[in-house]
Amino acid sequence: MTGAVARLGARSVDWVAGLGHMTRFAGSVVAAALRPPLRGRTLVREIYDVGVRSLALILGSGFVVGMVLGLQAYNTLARFGAEQSLGAVVGLSLIRELGPVLTGLLVTGRAGSATAAGIGAMVTTGQLDGLRMMSISPIHFVVYPKALALLIAMPLLSALFIVVGVFGGYVVVVELLGLDPGSYLSSLENAVDFRDDVLASVLKGVVFGLLAGLISTYRGYTSEPTAEGVSRSTTSTVVVASVCILISNYFITALWGV
Amino acid sequence: MTASIETDPATGEAHVELDSVRLAFGRRVVFRDLRCRAPRGRVTIVLGGSGSGKSTLLRLVGGLQRPDAGSVRVAGEEVTGLGERELTRVRRKIGMLFQNGALLDSISIFENVALPLREHTAKDELEIESEVHRRLASVGLDDVDELLPGELSGGMLRRAALARAIVMDPEILLCDEPFSGLDPPNVERIEALLTRLNRELGLTIIVTSHHMASSMRMGDQLVLLRDGFAVGGTPAELVAGGDPRVVEFLGSDAVAAAAGAGAGSVGS
Ligand SMILES: Nc1ncnc2c1ncn2[C@@H]1O[C@H](COP(=O)(O)OP(=O)(O)O)[C@@H](O)[C@H]1O
Ligand SMILES: [Mg+2]
Repeated sequence: MTGAVARLGARSVDWVAGLGHMTRFAGSVVAAALRPPLRGRTLVREIYDVGVRSLALILGSGFVVGMVLGLQAYNTLARFGAEQSLGAVVGLSLIRELGPVLTGLLVTGRAGSATAAGIGAMVTTGQLDGLRMMSISPIHFVVYPKALALLIAMPLLSALFIVVGVFGGYVVVVELLGLDPGSYLSSLENAVDFRDDVLASVLKGVVFGLLAGLISTYRGYTSEPTAEGVSRSTTSTVVVASVCILISNYFITALWGV
Repeated sequence: MTASIETDPATGEAHVELDSVRLAFGRRVVFRDLRCRAPRGRVTIVLGGSGSGKSTLLRLVGGLQRPDAGSVRVAGEEVTGLGERELTRVRRKIGMLFQNGALLDSISIFENVALPLREHTAKDELEIESEVHRRLASVGLDDVDELLPGELSGGMLRRAALARAIVMDPEILLCDEPFSGLDPPNVERIEALLTRLNRELGLTIIVTSHHMASSMRMGDQLVLLRDGFAVGGTPAELVAGGDPRVVEFLGSDAVAAAAGAGAGSVGS
């Protein structure tokens, strides 16, 4: 009994200590981001890497998800004779929830894990120590561009997901089910509110990008310098970042005012 | 040759000095009470079995690892307790050749060697280019500018890493097992390069090694790591001392060779 309590206590202490570490790490990444040089070339390369890694995945998934949404929404709305609102339902679902959340999860699985593995490999092969010995901060040289790349790429990829998803819904609704193309698009146009929908969607993309960027770089940076250590930090990046994205999604939705 | 007795490494100025260093990772005690020194302008070879703490010793000197207790002095300055920013000053004096090179694998060899110049000097692109090419040529490399580290052979990679380690003109060069995994011609090449850096530029060099023959040839001073302690001295001293641990580690052939070399230098 006391053993169990002690273990629980020890775990809580570990957890809090881990959170403290992570916060300090985040602070040093932000400090690095504000310190020149900008490392624009590295940053562009990292954004390109994240984008290229995730592009096909986002396009394919967005399209399929849009198609499924079109079918599901049609099944429901047809019962109430509300087919003319199909565009609004598909579009709003994508903009407000599915676009940012699914993009967050997919990009975390693809690019976030690659970021953690990449930094972990640099730890293992001594590349980060090599930078330290040259008086170059690994946080500034490696971590900050990778974290910022995820932050920048995430809302862009999410926007892409939404556009492709709306198109997927259109294909199902208009081409397969034969509904009027005009009403699909105009119902979407009329339903979307800039602040409530578009800004909230962008905010989600940014927050998810921030979470994926910080968690993946932190896990990579602190991974044990062994092959197993790197693979553990890669796995935990995906798990932890995904859960954080889902939880923060609830709070943004709740607080932004539905 | 008699000069070698006057500038006895044991009495010369210590460029790097570790005193009463204690370091443990969890329950694994790596150093109990480590005392050793590397004289200025000399080649010091650190010998020890796998896991004896050779790499850790170099990491202590570079400030990458803090000791639990004791002092690490580099060029008279205490390194332990310095923050990352203050360490910059000390690390400017140090070049480090990591065991596997530790070059950044996402950028070209040219960019790797140019990196410290870009980060810490105001040199323009032309100056950087000529400096990098001069350094690469000095380690016998050309036409490797565009290659990624992964595209080089082991020996070339080691030399490219050496070029990066010396590009900022350090006074101290730390080399972690520079000969490991290389074929004899490459061992000789690296040995010749290190010897030249020491003779011509007066670099203080600390080399960790398993490679007995080159250690005996190059080393002005040997440091033997065992069980968390160090035994230090010139090759001849270590051999003459007859410490059974030394003889056991060096092997009787090496002892005989060193004894022969020692006798030769006394005689001349
Ligand atoms: N960061 C670390 N964490 C835990 N143990 C370590 C760490 N670094 C080194 N060690 C341990 O310290 C000992 C010495 O390691 P090292 O200096 O790499 O030895 P060598 O270079 O002589 O082979 C080894 O037993 C190694 O497992
Ligand atoms: Mg080692």
